[in-house]
Amino acid sequence: MIAPHLLAEAAISALAKRGYEGVAIIDAQSQSNLRFANNNLTTNGLSYSITATVIAVSSANEPSIGISGGSAHDVDQIKLLVDEAIAGAATNPAAQDSAPLFTAHSSDWTTEAAITTMSDFAGFSPKLGEALNEARSSKRLLFGFAQQSFTTTYLATTAGARLRHVDPIATLEMTARTPSADASAWWGVGGANIGALDPALGANELTRRLLWSSRKLQLKPGRHEALLPPSAVADLMIYLMWSSGARDAVDGRSVFSAGIGGHRIGDRLTELPVTLYSEPQAGGIECAPFEITHASTDNSSVFDNGTALQRTNWIDGGVLASLYGSRFTEKETGIPVAPMIDNLILDGTGTKSLDEMVASTDDGLLLTCLWYIREVDPKTLLLTGLTRDGVYAVRNGEIVGVVSNFRFNESPVDLLARCTEIGESVRTLPRELSDYFTRAIMPTLRIPDFNFSSIAPGV
Amino acid sequence: MNHLIDESFVSLPLQRLGQSAIERAQTLGATYAAFRIERIKSLHLGMRDAILVTSANQEDFGMSLRVLLDGTWGFAAIGELSQKNALLIADQAIEAATISRPLTGDFVELQSEPIYRESQYVSSYEIDPWQINDREKSDLLTVWSGQLLNHAIVDHVEAQALFVKECTYYQDSFGTSTTQQRIRLHPSFTAYAVSESGMESMRTIAPPVGRGYEYLTGAHWDWAAELAELPELLVERTKAKSVQANTYDLVIHPSNLWLTIHESIGHATELDRALGYEAAYAGTSFATFDKLGTLQYGSKLMNVTGDRDVEHGLATVGWDHEGVAAQSWNLVRDGILVGYQLDRQMASQKGFLRSNGCAFADSSMHVPVQRMANVSLAPKPDGGDTNDLIGDVEDGLYVVGDKSWSIDMQRFNFQFTAQRFYRIKNGKLGEMVKDAAYTSTTTDFWGSMKDVGGRQTWELQGAFNCGKAQPGQIAPVSHGAPSARFERVRVLNTVEEAGR
Repeated sequence: MIAPHLLAEAAISALAKRGYEGVAIIDAQSQSNLRFANNNLTTNGLSYSITATVIAVSSANEPSIGISGGSAHDVDQIKLLVDEAIAGAATNPAAQDSAPLFTAHSSDWTTEAAITTMSDFAGFSPKLGEALNEARSSKRLLFGFAQQSFTTTYLATTAGARLRHVDPIATLEMTARTPSADASAWWGVGGANIGALDPALGANELTRRLLWSSRKLQLKPGRHEALLPPSAVADLMIYLMWSSGARDAVDGRSVFSAGIGGHRIGDRLTELPVTLYSEPQAGGIECAPFEITHASTDNSSVFDNGTALQRTNWIDGGVLASLYGSRFTEKETGIPVAPMIDNLILDGTGTKSLDEMVASTDDGLLLTCLWYIREVDPKTLLLTGLTRDGVYAVRNGEIVGVVSNFRFNESPVDLLARCTEIGESVRTLPRELSDYFTRAIMPTLRIPDFNFSSIAPGV
Repeated sequence: MNHLIDESFVSLPLQRLGQSAIERAQTLGATYAAFRIERIKSLHLGMRDAILVTSANQEDFGMSLRVLLDGTWGFAAIGELSQKNALLIADQAIEAATISRPLTGDFVELQSEPIYRESQYVSSYEIDPWQINDREKSDLLTVWSGQLLNHAIVDHVEAQALFVKECTYYQDSFGTSTTQQRIRLHPSFTAYAVSESGMESMRTIAPPVGRGYEYLTGAHWDWAAELAELPELLVERTKAKSVQANTYDLVIHPSNLWLTIHESIGHATELDRALGYEAAYAGTSFATFDKLGTLQYGSKLMNVTGDRDVEHGLATVGWDHEGVAAQSWNLVRDGILVGYQLDRQMASQKGFLRSNGCAFADSSMHVPVQRMANVSLAPKPDGGDTNDLIGDVEDGLYVVGDKSWSIDMQRFNFQFTAQRFYRIKNGKLGEMVKDAAYTSTTTDFWGSMKDVGGRQTWELQGAFNCGKAQPGQIAPVSHGAPSARFERVRVLNTVEEAGR
């Protein structure tokens, strides 16, 4: 097996020899995990693979492209992918998003890929074992998942770009349930190193929350004051960001459309001083500082591979500031290019912790997280979904018990407009979307009239 | 049509690598070892306003080994096929099991299954999509998108087509070795109308299928008719009144009912969920094991099967990823819960005589888990057609095509929208309405099923992307459904729900 950066060099060389421009993306991925349920380990795994994506660009006046991706561990496999990509470029229609390729370099181009092994769990698994034993002796059931992954990306273009990025992800999610399954609580955390994540912290918080659940209360559906904790806010804000494509807005297909052909950049979305932004260098949630795009979509372009990413304010001081898009969508819509970035921060200048916001609540509900969130209406970005793993009743600043789960129907855009208080922003793991997005810093939001549409009796 | 498995796959050193990995694992103490090589080719074509935006060929390839050591699972996978790596993944799978052993008090045993030596399966299709060049495929989407754009009402058109060819080699320490090839595709078109008052859309209801390229060129689905109708439906949508929130009788077409079956029956009858294995992620099930044989799931008209052998089904295989042969079985009989979807571990654990073959992994990089079979609602033997069902409704809605969906983690509370809702008054189909979502609790909903259409209304629908497990996996699955009539289901107005 040859080094990943040499696979990229081989692809670029083969493209150039055939008279094609293009991009090569080599993703060296390794992942290790432990999964547990009912206080026992259930599955585990270790995987390692190298995937190459070759994007061939024809040299015609109106270039066409072909994309071929697959497992690649030697130069012969790379050449096959190059052949397939060139065959695609030779027959595909002209690419509407064609643009000059990028040339940037990173100094660690030739550094080896980062990998994980099961030994990364050497310090973690005894702690997990203690948590499982403690749960057994306390007659609680623990469920969850712990993973460590590294994706090292090598991105090269025929124009000269040579860029490398290591994407480390570690997550730990734990759910505790009573043996009678009448109460459930969740805790999750994200980071870069599984050894730094402590199951004991989760187990302690889950114990506290199951105690909150020992008193069952009845509450009818309707509009109630709600504290949305950071994980729930993260899921809603990620949905908002993913729904903010520039071309979708101008085509009239999103909540950020305005009339025919217009968009809402510049519109005030909330009176609160809220800034929603992405920043590759944000402390603790660093992500790729250049664009990595394996296939063009409506709002992204393979020609933009290697674009340097910088802080992008999606909402600035309560005003819609950016819609994501490519150089092509900028040309089509006039909206400045703003590539998607793999982290998200909501800053409302709040300073109160979640516990402090509970303490200042007279009569409301504290949610744990949201689940099965789906778009109902793109025009308003109305989303439906469920509360999950504990909706706690708050009276006079104290948690007094647990109510049922509810289905909700809400738009994150409307929630920002109706929010009356914003807490401090903290690192959080989005419960629903952590398969795709783990880096978020979010506050707790106080919503005076959250729409709990119906009771969801499931626990 | 009888096809052969691709020579480029069967010519790989499948058996030799499998034997090496399995023998190494057995030498290190494994009591069971299962080796897989998977090659999954996919092509995604995406068009916007008749212009090709996305054209990406991708191949997922690699080999894996799953072992049982002292009753504990271990799994390892790698992308590069070589003798050295076959031994490496055996060592790594044993290491994973060794690290895991102190974390479990369970001792996994597998239910027995006949041995299938050097067996092959190829799914049912006529034309391998990889024998058609990509330009021909995208040109077809361009022409059809252009036809839609020619209508005055249509401002934008989105077209998507996904093609998949999956080759799988499986070998285990019991002696089973199988090689399989499956093909599936999913084309769809959405037309948009934009005005000062907002946007409306209408999507095709053609299902994803386990067929070949012939499906896209008109065999087995009348694309010309559906695409010709789409602009007219969009005109209706733009003129439609907002629905009055209320309870209504519903007649639901298979193009919508399949998704309700998937969410409220398919997932709820997965035994791993009922036993809590997915409690931290996909969720559990209200249909817990103690209710098997007694739970009144729905009305007496409700008969639901699981299968992995229906022709053109997306979950249809020859053998699952534990070497269990494809079968069909009952899940709900006369409204009572009578079965679950199983793998070999759970079959042994809960005393079933045999697994019904629901182990699946979406890639060689992932461990097999219990995934959904084709789960289908049976038609009524002497049932009428959809118009007969509509004829029995005084005040209701006719529901066609899936759109938005959501259900809770115990598969109880759900909410679905549709491509189109029509009013029914006094047995007659009326105008289209909009902004509707139907919501209910699973057992209430299926208990309210008062009539079921006949075989002539039955369609096989489905999805490519059912999600489950950690690390996350997707699975393709089909659901057969007739049209059916439900009494007094709560319907929301989504504009009111948005507080506007």
